[in-house]
Amino acid sequence: MSEANVGGASLTLDHGAGVMEERPFAIPSKKLVMWLFIISDACTFGAMLFAYGYIKNAAADWPRPFENSSIMNALLMTFILVTSSLTILIATRAAKSGNKSKAIQWTLITVVLGLAFAALHLKEWMGLIGEGVRLFQNPWGAPMFGASFFAVTGLHLAHVVSGAIALSVVILGYKRGRYNADDLEIWGLYWHFVDLVWMFVVPMVYLMNVKAG
Amino acid sequence: MDSNQGSMKTDLIVYAAILILACVQVFGLRGDLFAMLVVAAIQAFLAVMFFMHLRDEKPTLRLALIPATLFVLVMMNMIWADSYRLIHLKPFAK
Repeated sequence: MSEANVGGASLTLDHGAGVMEERPFAIPSKKLVMWLFIISDACTFGAMLFAYGYIKNAAADWPRPFENSSIMNALLMTFILVTSSLTILIATRAAKSGNKSKAIQWTLITVVLGLAFAALHLKEWMGLIGEGVRLFQNPWGAPMFGASFFAVTGLHLAHVVSGAIALSVVILGYKRGRYNADDLEIWGLYWHFVDLVWMFVVPMVYLMNVKAG
Repeated sequence: MDSNQGSMKTDLIVYAAILILACVQVFGLRGDLFAMLVVAAIQAFLAVMFFMHLRDEKPTLRLALIPATLFVLVMMNMIWADSYRLIHLKPFAK
């Protein structure tokens, strides 16, 4: 790649790509697209959590159904998700250094951790459903509890599952030579974002609704 | 992609810090929403800057992403006044 100055503008002469201006943020377009998706998704989750807070605040008899076991389950889920962020970092680092087998191995560990998180999440859901929680009714109080709880945690769960699928597709493509380390790094960004959102879901949805006594 | 990937040692320190903060939320601050959200914001900052390597990107990217997102999230706080107007999800009787 060589630099040129045409009419005062800094231009990059990319091999085989003609004359182009430099990238404004010095990152590839696909990485910028992922960042833009992440900030729009952050606003979506923000809106969901604000809506949850709005409904909870407006309901005098908001249920507090979570016992200590649920909180420990949420803490275990946090541990799994944060650990999966570390494993995808290891995978990305391995891919960047050209260690293909290590990158594949650690990405698959990340996917397994994501699926373990999803399984624990579903176990929590089944427990609540078993206690009688439905979308618009529950045994304890404000009927909107179920809808708001399942909406927030369900949106997050959908992100985890789709992230696990996306990472599996990318790592299979990486193995076959269709994708490269950059693609793995870009989907790693998404995975970290899913981890980041969970840090706000836990206090708002779980820790503020712990059973008294 | 030429972003600096940092060191494994830094990643492990950030990983441990995020987990310790999660334990602080659960065992030390349970029920105090404001304090828990401050801790969550610190965890998010660590994740964005170190795990997502935003600190290694050009400052223009940080300027393009962070203020816009924070602006939207801060503006969402306008809902609270309306939320306090309600009881049992119905407006107060006039």
